[in-house]
Amino acid sequence: MPGPQPGSTDPTVIRNFCIIAHIDHGKSTLADRMLQVTGVVDDRSMRAQYLDRMDIERERGITIKSQAVRLPFKAEDGVEYVLNMIDTPGHVDFTYEVSRSLAACEGAILLVDAAQGIEAQTLANLYLALENDLVIVPVLNKIDLPAAQPEKYAAELSRIIGCEPDEILLTSAKTGLGVREVLERVVQTIPGPTGDADAPARAMIFDSVYDTYRGVVTYVRVVDGRIGTRDKVSMMSTGAVHELLEVGVISPEPVVSKGLGVGEVGYLITGVKDVRQSRVGDTVTTAQKGATESLGGYRDPKPMVYSGLYPIDGSDYPLLRDALDKLKLNDAALIYEPETSLALGFGFRCGFLGLLHMEIVRERLEREANLDLISTAPNVIYRLVRDDGTEYVVTNPSEFPDQKIAHIYEPIVKATVILPSEFVGTVMELCQQRRGSMLGMDYLSEDRVELRYTLPMAEIVFDFFDALKSKTKGYASLDYELSGEQDADLVKVDILLHGEAVDAFSSIVHRDKAMAYGTMMTSKLKDLIPRQQFEVPIQAAIGSRVITRETIRAIRKDVLAKCYGGDISRKRKLLEKQKEGKKRMKMVGRVEVPQEAFIAALSTGDESKK
Amino acid sequence: MPAAVASTLSLYVHVPFCSSRCGYCDFNTYTATELGSEVRRDSFHEVLAAEVRIAAERLATTQQVSTVFVGGGTPTLLGSAGLNFVLDEIRRSFGLVDGAEVTTEANPDSVDQQMLDELRTGGFTRMSFGMQSAAPRVLQVLERTHTPGASVQAAKWANEVGFEHVNLDLIYGTPGESDDDLKSSVDAALSAGIDHLSAYALIVEDGTALSRRIARGELPAPDDDVCADRYELIDEYLTAAGMPWYEVSNWAKPGGQCQHNLAYWRSQQWWGVGPGAHSHVNGRRWWNIKHPAPYAERVRMHEAPIADDEVLTSEDLRTEQVMLGVRLAEGMSADSFGSVVLERLASRGLIDEAANGAGQVLLTLQGRLLADAVVRELLAS
Repeated sequence: MPGPQPGSTDPTVIRNFCIIAHIDHGKSTLADRMLQVTGVVDDRSMRAQYLDRMDIERERGITIKSQAVRLPFKAEDGVEYVLNMIDTPGHVDFTYEVSRSLAACEGAILLVDAAQGIEAQTLANLYLALENDLVIVPVLNKIDLPAAQPEKYAAELSRIIGCEPDEILLTSAKTGLGVREVLERVVQTIPGPTGDADAPARAMIFDSVYDTYRGVVTYVRVVDGRIGTRDKVSMMSTGAVHELLEVGVISPEPVVSKGLGVGEVGYLITGVKDVRQSRVGDTVTTAQKGATESLGGYRDPKPMVYSGLYPIDGSDYPLLRDALDKLKLNDAALIYEPETSLALGFGFRCGFLGLLHMEIVRERLEREANLDLISTAPNVIYRLVRDDGTEYVVTNPSEFPDQKIAHIYEPIVKATVILPSEFVGTVMELCQQRRGSMLGMDYLSEDRVELRYTLPMAEIVFDFFDALKSKTKGYASLDYELSGEQDADLVKVDILLHGEAVDAFSSIVHRDKAMAYGTMMTSKLKDLIPRQQFEVPIQAAIGSRVITRETIRAIRKDVLAKCYGGDISRKRKLLEKQKEGKKRMKMVGRVEVPQEAFIAALSTGDESKK
Repeated sequence: MPAAVASTLSLYVHVPFCSSRCGYCDFNTYTATELGSEVRRDSFHEVLAAEVRIAAERLATTQQVSTVFVGGGTPTLLGSAGLNFVLDEIRRSFGLVDGAEVTTEANPDSVDQQMLDELRTGGFTRMSFGMQSAAPRVLQVLERTHTPGASVQAAKWANEVGFEHVNLDLIYGTPGESDDDLKSSVDAALSAGIDHLSAYALIVEDGTALSRRIARGELPAPDDDVCADRYELIDEYLTAAGMPWYEVSNWAKPGGQCQHNLAYWRSQQWWGVGPGAHSHVNGRRWWNIKHPAPYAERVRMHEAPIADDEVLTSEDLRTEQVMLGVRLAEGMSADSFGSVVLERLASRGLIDEAANGAGQVLLTLQGRLLADAVVRELLAS
């Protein structure tokens, strides 16, 4: 192979960068085009969104796991550069992963759709990049679209990042227009990495992926020293030592190398089988003569949202357990433990980074293990303080006390919403309803506004994003970051069926909203639960105090009027069907409830439309 | 096929014609335009008689028929001659036991006194008229063509020509029906000198004009609670008139019970003749081809016009016995049920406490309205 070889590349020709973009703004297409422009993939073997590995990513058009691609690029100045393009996840739940990807770079391409302008998450990631002192290469993409407004959005971008509008590059990743110019700008403006080649090796893990055949593939950026094939490596957060089975770079298929030097980006394979043994943000060093100080910035992934996950068919429980065990190998943030619900049977209490993480996990379980799942309403983590000052943490409404407790702290987030100015009123109203308090508002351009709010995280995890989208015709974008906690007047609302609490419906809500939640659930259940032979009260209660009640009247008629010769067969088969149906009934005390009623009651679809 | 022994033998004859289709009806019946030219109504009695002959050959029994029931459709569209022709064939091929009950259904406006007289002379012993209601607005919703008085008149004629058993059918719970509409219907029926009354809650069957009207919001759906009220009303009236219930939807004077229907409910044997008719003989059930044209074609070829059949397992038979037997006022033996379920049903007031003590499962009034639930619980026990 001509040009600089992995393991012995002069840092001055290396350019490490990532692409910051919103979903659908064309990041994957631009990456594809770069593969072609630099010649690492020929046109024939090119396939759309080459770098997005999982089907689920390709279908949803989002990138969950980042990868790093090494691209040789001979620039106009005649120098053979090595470009390491580090892909970043694009969603709020993965902020920490994004921050580690950014920390592996010296620069970032800010890619914005010229027909839509910058979105909230992009803005948040841009700020993150600026905090990391990254050089920004601003690009407006999709300029071939009839709806493109490059001048308007160039003005918007230049205001945000503080550059001249004419410094913003214009591309159409789809047609390839302007892509080479972007690469030229990358080599001109983004500095090469600096590091001490003679110091003990230190490399930062910015991604860690489980591969069925190879075990965990760890993506690193070498900061100091060198990691060679013959080294044993040590994970500095735990001190765990691993054999190094393979070192290489992705270009865009894996290429084995003898090592990785200062500033280089590549992968390590150590034979470990669980991404928890090779965690994003950790520092890798050599086992012998290794570094004593880590690069810093490592954080344990911490679940922020909890939900119960249950198989709709109870006999699928072992399959769900196996699927979770398997998924865990590739998802360091996923935690779970067995849980039993009166209403839903055997399942798992799962902790997630956020709502998208939860959705992705659920979707992967359903798809990869072919399971039908139902999840309980997600909840956040609460810190409770007793009168005597002792405290404990609640991750499940069932652990929430019925009695009054000195203090309840709930997590809050700082949220940024970018939206067309015509929807400002509606969105402010929504944030108000969700107990938000406004921090500020800025016009990004004459008709686009950035709203900043503090909101309880609990209000965000419950269908806030859906409500936001439906109230703004899909034009609003949201980003949020955790911002501490607040003391709040929260209560647990239980839903009682004929006097028996149904665990899956208990919810922790603000006292002012207890009534609304109770009314919503009781009236929903009234319509979903078939009439029984006795009157069934459905109550919402805080502790022993009932706050609202609905009644399902007793059924008075359950008999087919006609039953003659020609009806007998049909009637018998109907009975047999009812008998089968009864097996799927759950008993809550004496009340027979069809499983579908629980599922329908847990689906949040109707709520957001109100 | 071995001859049927332990049980009585009945014959059902289905006449699949109507002059017009009522809005609520999903029976196997066809108007002249629906039939087209393939099937001739005026010679259909010959096809039915031919199937009676095939049935007799297949069954090869010496057992005589205890009851005959001609239903439809509108059997009287065959005329008294046609109906008597079929009955004669039954007599010839099977023979009738002494005192056999021979019923035909009739639409009140398709009969006159002379026709009834001819049927009585031909050997019919029981008439059943579809009255449905005495309230014009109810008949209109049901799309019945007869006038409110026609049924009462027809029943009176039947009495006059010597029918000792006359039934009127009522439908209750029709959208728009009031309690008073129902009371006046029951009064009118009782005034006709009947010894039997069947009353059915209106069932909205898929695919009927009525179900489409309800789906379009032109009519409200029947309300189960209203139907329950009306049922109680009917039961109260008829009991007071000396016609206690003997099956969930049937009331009769002593001796007026329909023996043919009792044979169904007691899981006896019967052979069904005519398009779509069901049969139940020797633990096997089958049903004929539904459409009259292919049905008639098969009969002409001297083949049994069977569409499909099922062999009833002992579990199926048991299910049917419970599901049918529980509906009867004569009750069924409690021997095969656990005491736990019986006590539970009795404590909820669904089966009679005293009868239960005497080893009988007997529905209470409330239990009759929840009979399907009772059956499910009994079968689950």
